[in-house]
Amino acid sequence: MKLDFEHLQAAHCENGVTMSLLKNAGVQQITEPLAFGIGAGLFFVYLPLLKINNGPVIAFRTLPGLIFKRTCKALDIPVVRKKFRSKEAAEAFLNECLAGGHPVGCQVGVYYLPYFPKEYRFHFNAHNLIVYGTEDGNYMVSDPVMEGTNVMTAYELERVRFAKGALAPNGQLYYPKETKAVTKEQMKMGIKGGIKKNVFNMISPFTGPIAGVNGIRYTGKKIKGWRDKLGLKEAGLYLAQLVRMQEEIGTGGGGFRYIYGAFLQEAYAYIPNDELLETSTQFTASGDLWRTAAVQAAGIYKGRLGSQEDFNTMGDYLLEIAEIEKKAFTALKNIKWQ
Amino acid sequence: MKKEDVPQDLGALGKITKEVCYATDASGKYTTQLSNGWDVKSTALATAWQQVEKRIAAAKQKVLNNEASPLLFFMEKGLMDIQILAGYTGFWQWQVKRHLKPEVFNTLSDKKLQKYADVFNVSVPDLKTMTINEA
Repeated sequence: MKLDFEHLQAAHCENGVTMSLLKNAGVQQITEPLAFGIGAGLFFVYLPLLKINNGPVIAFRTLPGLIFKRTCKALDIPVVRKKFRSKEAAEAFLNECLAGGHPVGCQVGVYYLPYFPKEYRFHFNAHNLIVYGTEDGNYMVSDPVMEGTNVMTAYELERVRFAKGALAPNGQLYYPKETKAVTKEQMKMGIKGGIKKNVFNMISPFTGPIAGVNGIRYTGKKIKGWRDKLGLKEAGLYLAQLVRMQEEIGTGGGGFRYIYGAFLQEAYAYIPNDELLETSTQFTASGDLWRTAAVQAAGIYKGRLGSQEDFNTMGDYLLEIAEIEKKAFTALKNIKWQ
Repeated sequence: MKKEDVPQDLGALGKITKEVCYATDASGKYTTQLSNGWDVKSTALATAWQQVEKRIAAAKQKVLNNEASPLLFFMEKGLMDIQILAGYTGFWQWQVKRHLKPEVFNTLSDKKLQKYADVFNVSVPDLKTMTINEA
């Protein structure tokens, strides 16, 4: 049985799943940038005491699952979300959902994901995909970062739904409970709410020193000390991890700034306030600078650069980014909503 | 980023799928553009893999020196840490930590060894001798 479902490619997995599921549930207006913006997805945090894959933990977006949750809440769409202890129950419930006509979003680990290239298969458990049909014990899968759809066996799907380690998915699935159209007024409210929430997460005093704009500044300062503290080799590995967290599938970072810029432009169609367009260009500038910083980092981990001066330049890029984003979010904060 | 500046350096993922990127067109309006990959990203990934290879080699040496049990080698090979290995085998983390000691590993029952062998997709004799069948 195959549900009537259109596969849409997106830059980021959770945005893509949110967009596709909502579109399928009748929200015609939704796009990837709108889902990202209404869900207040832009974030930054550096957790100095933790390590992943023996490198620093840096996230460029909110916790997995929040974008879908917030966007649905803002648009007043009820959500079904379930985790499972038992693999059998997880599969039975999935089949039930499909039989009920719901394409379903699943949280999965990428290590055993059969259609991913081997080079990308780390133990990363916060990937998202949509199951939209089943046939002869196989499942039809729409992974938003892929151009086309894929087929997975029941065993393959079970294995990625029950991947282990940090953020283990425990078979988690989610979908919009009912189909309903969303009015223009609701979209407006969602956009405003999303911007306000994102402003709060990035520049409010409550974010603390390691999150939001403060976190970017903090990381910039830390990087300047990495060479002395870790040695050139290890510092290079840390930077490589930063770039992978920033640009790679499932996390994105520089890319997220561009998506936010796109969101503000699309928001303008609902709320014609010139400040939105103005701020959008600042996020473009920030995204560009994140990319420049990535090129600088690459110079270091490739071994082309390596002096303390190079690390200072790298750190300064982040300090500059923090300034730009602080200004941009302050501008958004000061918008007078009619 | 301008649309025409979206990088097109063919990477590991590019051979299988192109990625969506958001970029601006001539009038500054955002649009999407497919990318084949970016050199800066592929090198970051390659650097990570070089590091993995090094860790595997170091683990192998430790096992040969009898400083760790073969589980360490397979754990690094599978890019795992103790938490992940405990999750897949069903052991507690403190048990896995013990099993990483050669003297404890040598006393493990076949039943327990089989659990590890299943996770690493090898046979029990291969588990003990660090043999991998690249299939």
